[in-house]
Amino acid sequence: MQRLRDLAISDTGFVFDPFSGATYTVNGTAQCLLDGLKRGLDRDGLVALLRERFECSDEDLPRDIDDLVQSLRMFGLVPGGFEVGR
Amino acid sequence: MSRPLYDRPILARHQTGLMNKFSRVASMQPQTHIDGVPVQTLIEAYGSPLFVFSEKTIVARYRELRDAFARRFSKVRIAWSYKTNYLDAVCKVFHREGAWAEVVSEFEWEKARHNGVPGERIHLNGPLKTEATLRRVLPEGTLIHIDNFDELALLERLADELHLTPKVALRVNLAVESIPAWSRFGFNLESGQAMTAANRILTGKRLDLVGLHCHLGTFILDPASYREQATKLAGLANELRRAHGAIMSFLDIGGGFASRSKLKAQYLPGEQASPSFDRYAAACAEGMAALDYPAGSEPTIVLESGRALVDDSGTLISTVIANKRMPDGQRGLVVDAGVNVLFTSFWYDHDVVPAQPFGGISEPTVMYGPLCMNIDVVRDTIQFPPMRAGDQVVFRNVGAYNVTQWMQFITYRPAVVIIGADGRHGIIRKREQLETLLASEEVPSWL
Ligand SMILES: Cc1ncc(COP(=O)(O)O)c(C=O)c1O
Repeated sequence: MQRLRDLAISDTGFVFDPFSGATYTVNGTAQCLLDGLKRGLDRDGLVALLRERFECSDEDLPRDIDDLVQSLRMFGLVPGGFEVGR
Repeated sequence: MSRPLYDRPILARHQTGLMNKFSRVASMQPQTHIDGVPVQTLIEAYGSPLFVFSEKTIVARYRELRDAFARRFSKVRIAWSYKTNYLDAVCKVFHREGAWAEVVSEFEWEKARHNGVPGERIHLNGPLKTEATLRRVLPEGTLIHIDNFDELALLERLADELHLTPKVALRVNLAVESIPAWSRFGFNLESGQAMTAANRILTGKRLDLVGLHCHLGTFILDPASYREQATKLAGLANELRRAHGAIMSFLDIGGGFASRSKLKAQYLPGEQASPSFDRYAAACAEGMAALDYPAGSEPTIVLESGRALVDDSGTLISTVIANKRMPDGQRGLVVDAGVNVLFTSFWYDHDVVPAQPFGGISEPTVMYGPLCMNIDVVRDTIQFPPMRAGDQVVFRNVGAYNVTQWMQFITYRPAVVIIGADGRHGIIRKREQLETLLASEEVPSWL
């Protein structure tokens, strides 16, 4: 998880990965999740964090969390076998 | 302070090498209405997916083409290319504007007649002219564009038998720089074959040679190709005048003008790459200047433009079924219209936008249709904003060839509607249903 912790994230959602030099854009919810993942939150913790910071209606938050984690795996920002704790 | 609204988390990697990677995304606008009618209203009334045609746009493009040529030629005729879109309502708009019909089969010919086009205002093209077809159309004075020597012989025999002198044109293929010749259609110019065929017609006297025709190909982006074509057609006409005193009443330059779509291999978007009708007309006029005809006997210039006339009047509304994350990190968007409906996805990078206001970060997205086939991709990688299942997208410039080449495969073909110049809308082809398909099937008694 070192790679994730090393990411530089600006307030405007610009992300720099010093390991690869790649850059990304994140929206507010993704930024919030990166924050939670860096802190080692599990799935319930991440869901609670989203609900605390955003006005959520009937969204499927666990699905969205899995989608983001899949992106992180694909971009090599978390190890291949990484799963969010339950 | 109230909390911000939730939207789906997105992590989009910046890619280098995409043209204007930020400005083009930022400039994507939703298309919520078509000719003033809300997309939502259309979907609720007619279902999804849905083809929508704009009468206003058809008329505007038709007049633009006609005027571009009418500024340079005293006599101009547009013959609507039926294969490009032969829905009756669409054809009727063209015919109301004054278009004749250009058809390539007996089916299309019957359709043109059904739409009220007199037989003598139909150009019959293509290699598919059976004896039965010719017997059907010759008594009505249809113009026959001869494709090959067997057809020529058949026509001469039928002329004798039916005691008619059919009006015919010679379809010619010729070489112009920078595009591959469609040499399988008609008689070749450079080898002298076209001249041989013309000599036979003019000395045989059983057919009345009234025109020369050449269709160069399709989606021709360089107007200069039409200058070369016109020079060569004019040259052939001059030769026939010198050798036989024959004067053609029309020279037909075929179709092939590019629409505003973007070919897959093309770098610039269509609205920048595709020449205007005016530029094509100017190039044609330069070439036709070579024509050496007596004053007062100028031939009519015939145009058979298909896609350039109707592509941008057609829109396909499609509904998002699901989002997926693909192994390469791209987002997959599954929509309810696949290549079965949007056949032109094989050639074009379609211009597609959301049908509702959107926010959030765009990311590289591939759009898949609903077919259980790997080839069912309706749009390769495009920067696209977040979409939810149930949202709509709008594919633009899809009026040409889709509603003729679409396939009934796996599911029904969708409804087609037209929006009138005054904002009225109505169905022009019903969505297929089980009964539509069962109507032409039979089960033999032993099964
Ligand atoms: C003889 C003929 N005329 C006209 C057309 C219409 O061509 P386009 O849609 O490229 O204008 C075609 C299309 O193949 C054709 O074969």
